[in-house]
Amino acid sequence: MRNTHGGLWLGASIVALGAALTAQQVAAQDNGAEPRRGGTVFVHMNTEQGVLNPALRASTGVYQITGRFMEPLIDKTYDGYVGVLATEWSSSEDGKAITFKLRDGVRWHDGEAFQCDDVAFSAMELWKPLLNYSSTLQANLESVDCPDPLTAVFNYSEPMPLDLIVAAMPDLGHPVPKHLYEGTDILKNPVNQAPVGTGPFKFQEYERGQYIIGVRNDDYWRGAEYPYLDRVIWRFIPDKAAGAAALEAGELHESGFNGISMADLERLGKDPRFDMGTEGFENNVAHSTVEFNLRNPVLADVKVRQAVYHGLDLDFAINTIMRGFAKPGHGPVPSVGGANYTDDVPVYEYDVEKAKALLDEAGYPAGADGIRFKLRHRPAPWGEYTQLWGEYFAQAMKEIGIQVDLVTNDAPGFLNGVYRDHDFDTANGWHQFRSDPAVSTTVWLRSGAPVGTAWSNQFGYESAEMDSLIDAAAEELDPEKRADLYHQIQRLAMTDLPVIFAIEHPFVGITNKKLVNHHNTPRWDSSSWYDLWIDE
Amino acid sequence: MSLLLYLLRRILQALPVILLIIIGSFLLIKLAPGDTVDALVGDMGGADPAFVARLRQEYGLDQPVLVQLWRYLVKLAQFDLGWSYVYEQPVTKVLASRLWVTLLLMLGALSSAFVVGVALGAFAARRAYSATDNVISTLGLIFYAMPSFFLALLLVLLFSVKLNWLPVGGIRDIGAFHTGWKLWLDIATHLVMPVLALALIYLAFYMRLMRTSVLEVMELDFVRTARAKGAGDARLMFHHIMRNALLPVITLLGLQISTVLGGSVVIETIFSLPGLGQLAYTSVVKRDLNTLMGIIFLCSIIVVLVNILTDLVYAWLDPRIELK
Repeated sequence: MRNTHGGLWLGASIVALGAALTAQQVAAQDNGAEPRRGGTVFVHMNTEQGVLNPALRASTGVYQITGRFMEPLIDKTYDGYVGVLATEWSSSEDGKAITFKLRDGVRWHDGEAFQCDDVAFSAMELWKPLLNYSSTLQANLESVDCPDPLTAVFNYSEPMPLDLIVAAMPDLGHPVPKHLYEGTDILKNPVNQAPVGTGPFKFQEYERGQYIIGVRNDDYWRGAEYPYLDRVIWRFIPDKAAGAAALEAGELHESGFNGISMADLERLGKDPRFDMGTEGFENNVAHSTVEFNLRNPVLADVKVRQAVYHGLDLDFAINTIMRGFAKPGHGPVPSVGGANYTDDVPVYEYDVEKAKALLDEAGYPAGADGIRFKLRHRPAPWGEYTQLWGEYFAQAMKEIGIQVDLVTNDAPGFLNGVYRDHDFDTANGWHQFRSDPAVSTTVWLRSGAPVGTAWSNQFGYESAEMDSLIDAAAEELDPEKRADLYHQIQRLAMTDLPVIFAIEHPFVGITNKKLVNHHNTPRWDSSSWYDLWIDE
Repeated sequence: MSLLLYLLRRILQALPVILLIIIGSFLLIKLAPGDTVDALVGDMGGADPAFVARLRQEYGLDQPVLVQLWRYLVKLAQFDLGWSYVYEQPVTKVLASRLWVTLLLMLGALSSAFVVGVALGAFAARRAYSATDNVISTLGLIFYAMPSFFLALLLVLLFSVKLNWLPVGGIRDIGAFHTGWKLWLDIATHLVMPVLALALIYLAFYMRLMRTSVLEVMELDFVRTARAKGAGDARLMFHHIMRNALLPVITLLGLQISTVLGGSVVIETIFSLPGLGQLAYTSVVKRDLNTLMGIIFLCSIIVVLVNILTDLVYAWLDPRIELK
């Protein structure tokens, strides 16, 4: 079932995912009723991580490693948000105080007790001033009080929606041990490269360019039976073909986040030794986009942007580039966005004739060579999807008489060209959704961010209506009103079209079937793996 | 004594060369769009402006390029290669942990390519235009023409995935925790395919050059004289012909040490060997300036040393050449 290509995923709802999970668990129990203790799991990593501290670097590459060592206050499961280091959370009437009850009996890997002091220190010294994205989220955080060692009260100067903070916690809510950081230069603290957490595995060794070893934490708070594994070893293999070969030779057990090429994922997915699919990546959904530079007078005309949207055959792109593991987007919030998502938005179906008519109407008739105008397009170098999507975009535009010249760069070149110099007509990249639109999505549509900030508004899009909707939603405490505001934002984004959120896709992973209980949460590659075991 | 003076002079001559290389590559890297903070932010999937500005300031990237260059040179003069912001370690430590892997790979590949290539070339020349010669020459041409990454992947497919004889990549079996001679055996097993993939390409160079060179020397007067004096076939070949035919091959060897460093980028990346080549590649992608400059510095020293060594070997092989 995990091998079927996308058809299932297209219709997936939370309920279906829940059903899939149950089916998987039943299958696992059939394999070998009793979980087996012991064994080592080898995980594939494409890129090296300099900082192994999720409270300093919010990125999936960091979570993929530190998820085993450090735990967040709250994690996301297929049954919703569940407490990890926190057990309960609540908000005051005015939304300015959020209270977390903390778990009792949790110890850091060095034996010290985990307490409110750690949470308060982490929030005030790391999450608020130093952690990317979190510093926006926690901008209004004034203090964290500790009325007793197991209660943390976050005080905000403006109302903070409880839904927002809870949704952000799995990624942006990792406490660090205060006793190892206090009084040191936090950024240069060696603990950043040798993490000390509360998780089921303890950091042992990081050999740059080769591997990281994590060993079993015998004092894990979930009880002596957890975790089942003795060791987790991450191997850094930058070359995707080499990664695929290592999986095939049995030297690796898992590769997540499209760590190997789609061709190899598809090939190995048919091999009975592997599970391949998007299960376990639902929390990391990204949009493949087409981004316009509205400073260009041609693109400033909304009819031209609509024509571009009509010119894109999304089903074709989904089936060829993403091999079916994707679906058409409906604006800035993906379908996994819960109540904040709506598909009640204007849509622009694939219609070449309509696209041509719109371009004629806008005053750009086809010339003698069939070309209406030219665009300089920058495809983002984020991997296979963005490169192929950029090439498809150029081909699709040719159909409607727009000549697209591709300007290819590596990551620093792309970010500078697009976000700082605005040296592009169109660009394509991807935009990751981080649980709640307020975390990192709306900043892309709001005006006023300083020039050069990556993943801020590079379009030159300014809409007073959009800005006021975004600001209102950020402080709205009532979940229903909040959702309604986000629906309005999606509709406005789909009307103004500063960017086309063309295709939404979770990442794809591949796992050796020897692993049992794998990908059983929507952010599994970032989670603790306390219940993972190996059947061999 | 004259040899020492010679060495001293050569080393002094090399200093401005290395300085020029350092300044040139520093400016060249700075010409590339974006810096390490951009690469980092790209990797993270974004960050807010305050975060980015703070990192730039911490890394000293908010200064003008010439100030950065001056600071780098001042540090370098004190043998301080700086700090790698990608690996969060001193560059010297990063380089030290990688250098031996690349040296093992290079020495293994070059020496096997040299020995086998010279032997095959001499052998082919002795039976010039025979079937043996044709087979050897054609094989050489095939290996020479094949891109190294393709050859490497074919080897992996055959020996690791299908036959399961050799490990896919890495420098040692990480989960096995070998020590002592077992560790060295393990490392040797991991190096078989990378060395082979790299060696086969260079082997073709040496073979073809040696074959031509031997054919040329065989026609010379002193060979005829030696034969007339009754030297046997073997003595003729090893003592008279090969020693003279080796000169151009040695030149090539000296020149190629630097290109092997380049070729090892591909091989190290495919076999995920933690060597200098792979490090250079990731450092470019991540704009890890200090590490990249460290690699360039180290490599320029290696190349300068090898050039001096090549000249010494010349003088030893051919007494007519004087060191001056």
